[in-house]
Amino acid sequence: MRHLLSTEGLDRATATSILDTADNLKRALLGREVRKLPTLRGRTVITLFYENSTRTRVSFEIAGKWMSADVVNVSAGGSSVSKGESLRDTALTLAAAGADCVVVRHPASGAAHRLAGWLAEAGTSVVNAGDGMHEHPTQALLDAATLRERLGSVEGRRIGIVGDVLHSRVVRSNVHLLATLGADVVLVAPPTLLPVGVQNWPVTVSHELDAELPSLDAVMLLRVQAERMHGGFFPSAREYSIAYGLNENRLGLMPEHAVVLHPGPMLRGMEIASAVADSPRAAITDQVRNGVHLRMAVLYHLLAHEEEAS
Amino acid sequence: MSALASEPRTPDTLLLRNVRPYGEGDPVDVLVRHGVIAEIGAVTADGVETVEGNGAVLLPGFVDLHTHLREPGREDTETVETGSRAAALGGYTAVFAMANTDPVADNAVVVEHVWRRGREVGLVDVHPVGAVTVGLKGEKLAELGTMAKSAANVRVFSDDGHCVHDPLVMRRALEYSKALDVVVAQHAEEPRLTVGAQAHEGEQAARLGLQGWPAAAEESIVARDCLLALHAEARLHVCHVSTTGTADVLKWAKARGTKVSAEVTPHHLLLTDDRLSTYDPVNKVNPPLRTNADVEALRRALAEGVIDCVATDHAPHAVQDKDCEWSAARPGMLGLQTALSVVVEAMVRTGLLDWRGVARVMSERPAEIAGLPDHGRPIEVGEPANLVLVDPDATWTVRGAELASVAGNTPFEGMELPGVVTTTLLRGRVTAGRIPA
Repeated sequence: MRHLLSTEGLDRATATSILDTADNLKRALLGREVRKLPTLRGRTVITLFYENSTRTRVSFEIAGKWMSADVVNVSAGGSSVSKGESLRDTALTLAAAGADCVVVRHPASGAAHRLAGWLAEAGTSVVNAGDGMHEHPTQALLDAATLRERLGSVEGRRIGIVGDVLHSRVVRSNVHLLATLGADVVLVAPPTLLPVGVQNWPVTVSHELDAELPSLDAVMLLRVQAERMHGGFFPSAREYSIAYGLNENRLGLMPEHAVVLHPGPMLRGMEIASAVADSPRAAITDQVRNGVHLRMAVLYHLLAHEEEAS
Repeated sequence: MSALASEPRTPDTLLLRNVRPYGEGDPVDVLVRHGVIAEIGAVTADGVETVEGNGAVLLPGFVDLHTHLREPGREDTETVETGSRAAALGGYTAVFAMANTDPVADNAVVVEHVWRRGREVGLVDVHPVGAVTVGLKGEKLAELGTMAKSAANVRVFSDDGHCVHDPLVMRRALEYSKALDVVVAQHAEEPRLTVGAQAHEGEQAARLGLQGWPAAAEESIVARDCLLALHAEARLHVCHVSTTGTADVLKWAKARGTKVSAEVTPHHLLLTDDRLSTYDPVNKVNPPLRTNADVEALRRALAEGVIDCVATDHAPHAVQDKDCEWSAARPGMLGLQTALSVVVEAMVRTGLLDWRGVARVMSERPAEIAGLPDHGRPIEVGEPANLVLVDPDATWTVRGAELASVAGNTPFEGMELPGVVTTTLLRGRVTAGRIPA
């Protein structure tokens, strides 16, 4: 694997192999005083973030450091990006400076694909850490790792994803990956937050959360972004919360074993009630913890795996 | 660069040997004298400069109602000179240069400048399009009368790139245009439905996470404008029709007597949004590439005359405006040199149009719509020698770097296309030879 740009097209064997590697890394680090593996010593990972992000950037940075890579963080505010440099020039500069891997987050859908094209000759790997409304593959992989951990398997499970499907890169990555891993996916959202063309996705679509909850093994809640609330996609935050917010009553409609996921950051009281977010049924902090191991696994597959294989 | 004959080299008399007008019948000879067709048949003329046709198809020179020549303002992407050369090489004898220059062609000074530059270059008749509203802002009518009566003799007005979205402003423009015998050409795009839009709203955009440009944003404006044009008893021209629904609306509007005409671009006749998977902005254009069903519908509508003509929407862009992330890229594609070949591929090879039909959609109808008296004329003795010779059997491979435009943003890069323009005549003068293969 040279790049990780999307979960669309990621085959089941590769996805499973990444998840297995993440499991192994997690076990290897368990109980260790010094949580550092020498695997990527001498390799340079650059995180290039054109959007604000705490958890994803920190997660990649920690993942790189625990693998002993040199990690350099570049954010759009603190580099020549703010002087109007093109994405292409920035990418070529980072590659020339010695990046083995660029982890990129960008507001434009397809930005990671474009970056991978420009860096084809440099030999630099690209990890998509979120491109516009397109994909966020490591989020989907860490969600799958968490589901596997909590439910024992993903295959045959029924996963509900609730909220702003239209603008969500997390959804697109999850739909592809969960389908590849054999799960049933049901998307629950008001029609204004579903893309035209969703009928061709490998999912079921519903507008009624209460009707879906009893059959779900897991529910994944999406953050409702402030600009959507004011964009007329639904009448009010209150009405959204009444129809699609996961409160304690709704949690009670789900089977005992069912878990609650949220990619964060959460809007407590909006899409998720505080009591639900803090309940043992919620796997939200597990997701963050697994995110580090999963990203270690991704860096391993991109930067170390090939060499060991040959 | 191809062999361009400059004025002194073109003789007063020129013989086109073995050519087939409209691709019909046995080859004939066409004698051109003083810019006019003097004889058609078996011509015996000794010592006359001769272009050997080898049975090539002879058509009236093409007329493009929709080009962006970028001068003044973006001469780093195209100029009147380079655009004229591209047009001549594409078989065009007249082009309409859109108003979205910098400064905007919303006044007599700018339109006269563009018109004069076209005359100086002399490879194609360059007709400036005037803006409908001041600064293309859609608020206040530009001085249409002054531009119409200027030396540029503006016949077509358009805010292309922007929609005249305010229904009252559009109504006034349509009404006002009647007194001037000009036509308003609308870029149909309801702006409230296309905020941030990046791609045709459908399966592909949903998959790629690109903000959707719904077909209804075009269709609703076309429907509204057709109703306004009928009410005002004015003429309306619809730019770059891109959807099945718009073709349906046009058919309905024409059936009830609306004086509406419409154009389709070559790229909307051949390309679909399937190409967007690479996120390469060379495929970004406004209106966006649509679905295969739309392509089929547009071809049928053009064949049936529901859509009147082909117009290129030739839109040169600098490398840095295309070699970037999708949402940052400017929309638009080169079109002048590839239009004929794309029409041959999409319409002739499919049996939807014969060469008479090609003459109709590439030359006669656009000349009529714009009111050009000397273009799109029959190939007959006494008519102006605005002509193009096409080798129908030859093919060529498109290379952006080899096109005459300053910019190279062709979506047809690397494609082998049929139909090669071998010679273009503007009033008897050779303005283009063979496109380099």
